[in-house]
Amino acid sequence: MARLFFFPVVTGSILTEINAISLSGVSKRYGDLQALNNVSFDIRKGEFFGLLGPNGAGKSTLISALAGLLKVDSGQLSILGADVEKEYRQARQHLGVVPQEIVMDPFFTVRETLQFQSGYFGIRNNDDWINELLDQLNLSEKADTNMRKLSGGMKRRVLIAQALVHKPQVLVLDEPTAGVDVELRQSMWRFVRRLHREGHTIVLTTHYLEEAEELCDRIAIINKGELLALETKQDLLARGLGSKLLVRATHDIDTIPREYQDRVTRLEGNEVELILHRDSDSVMEILDRLRAASMKIDFVSVLSDSLEDVFVRMTSEQEGVQ
Amino acid sequence: MNAINWVACRTLLGKEVTRWRKVWMQTVLAPVITALLYLLVFGHVLEGRVEVFPGVSYTAFLIPGLLMMTVIQNAFANTSSSLIQSKVMGSIVFVLLPPFSALELFLAYIGAAVLRGLAVGVGVFLLAIFYVQVPIENIFVVLIFAILGSYAMGALGLIAGMWAEKFDQIAAFQSFLIVPLTFLSGVFYSIKSLPEFWYQLSKANPFFYMIDGFRYGFFGQSDQPVMLSLAAMLLAVTILTIICVRMLQSGYKLRDA
Ligand SMILES: Nc1ncnc2c1ncn2[C@@H]1O[C@H](COP(=O)(O)OP(=O)(O)O)[C@@H](O)[C@H]1O
Ligand SMILES: [Mg+2]
Repeated sequence: MARLFFFPVVTGSILTEINAISLSGVSKRYGDLQALNNVSFDIRKGEFFGLLGPNGAGKSTLISALAGLLKVDSGQLSILGADVEKEYRQARQHLGVVPQEIVMDPFFTVRETLQFQSGYFGIRNNDDWINELLDQLNLSEKADTNMRKLSGGMKRRVLIAQALVHKPQVLVLDEPTAGVDVELRQSMWRFVRRLHREGHTIVLTTHYLEEAEELCDRIAIINKGELLALETKQDLLARGLGSKLLVRATHDIDTIPREYQDRVTRLEGNEVELILHRDSDSVMEILDRLRAASMKIDFVSVLSDSLEDVFVRMTSEQEGVQ
Repeated sequence: MNAINWVACRTLLGKEVTRWRKVWMQTVLAPVITALLYLLVFGHVLEGRVEVFPGVSYTAFLIPGLLMMTVIQNAFANTSSSLIQSKVMGSIVFVLLPPFSALELFLAYIGAAVLRGLAVGVGVFLLAIFYVQVPIENIFVVLIFAILGSYAMGALGLIAGMWAEKFDQIAAFQSFLIVPLTFLSGVFYSIKSLPEFWYQLSKANPFFYMIDGFRYGFFGQSDQPVMLSLAAMLLAVTILTIICVRMLQSGYKLRDA
């Protein structure tokens, strides 16, 4: 065994396989509420990872645990191999967190805020990078404005810049698009995608399925503190999660072609909703078959599944297996 | 143990100093004026009636006490208000996310509190000497006690700021602990003039040593030997440092809130 130590190649390959984030058996309880229940999964280096779950699922709690903002009751968390508690210096140096709530220090300007934050991470003379961040996030004009005088969207962008002052390997964004207008959302995603291309690991929490789908390579779904699924985007789509087809006829609907019967989630009067498998289905084909079954179609729409619907279905699928 | 990251520590110190410097009218000027009002009123009423130390006028006697009172109240206010404010507003995360050690946090917060205490103290002194002559027997003793006093009270403010969840809890801490202990520590009188029971009780008040030693620096006279006061202060500062660093290490009411 001792000979292993003489093979640097072995050590090297182990090093390259360190996960960006590793969670194992993480549990956290608030009084009677089990906010996190034995959550385990890994996020690989360079992934664009989505953490998806409805309000109250435990997403922010998980992020706080990663950031060392709270102590878990049990389990281990590490960032690039550094335990968030025992090796908190390394762990926090590698991690940038954009908190869900907009918070700021009202005493300072945008630039001062970013300079202080750089210093906290032990970085002096960070002005080149700060200027680039300000530029990328369209904040240059506001650099010397007091934080109090910024709009909500601008404050959110400053939070992103603050999370990036120390060029962390791993960037976690906790529902960054909540209450953000479309334009800002687009420019924010452009920037985050660029960071991802440049090699940063990105973790995004959201309760919008589309958002996670659009951006993320892999998606973890949590609900009530438990990990329900962890899949690539493709696998998730193949499960038929995410979209439904609403068809309205000019008459009451009484028959559905046999091949679609088990996809019906709602059938009321002249309306029917069908689960859509977006990776394999053709909407036109479905409509053709419905017409062939002598349905007179009046109106068609593709509906996004609410996360709640997805959970209901996933949970019932799991129960069905047992 | 990790070595201290001085860049991080100095940055936080700088931020905490900037915080009070930007609103200096409220954080420096206002307390200086309050102290001067005390001086004018008490000095005027009691001048000539009381002679605490031989050869020292009452107004002159009053100045070190008032100075120290102002210094320590502001040191306390600096740490406690900074913490409670950033806790209530949520901006405390900006300090909790970086890799600060407990000691780095402690030194930065205390440093800023000491600097504010000294700024206010110098302000009061510079204006007071227009009004009455105050000797300075030993400037080092004056400085050492001013620093130890604001250090200790900055630490107490840190504890209060961590413990409190609302602003009025800080106010309660001030009204029920800081103010009584200050007023009963011989700011306005020598504790020797008190009845025996109150005299002995005053000697158990840590604030007494802070002011008595400080006063020695001015007049070369004090109730208790200055070395005793120094020892008491060093003990207080050591205990408070240990408590604060432990609380910061555990993230008491900061993490997991
Ligand atoms: N400090 C706290 N004390 C008590 N309960 C909390 C606390 N923080 C979060 N919770 C509860 O834990 C659950 C998970 O919350 P959170 O992680 O914020 O969910 P999410 O971010 O997914 O919306 C919620 O039911 C929430 O009410
Ligand atoms: Mg949340």
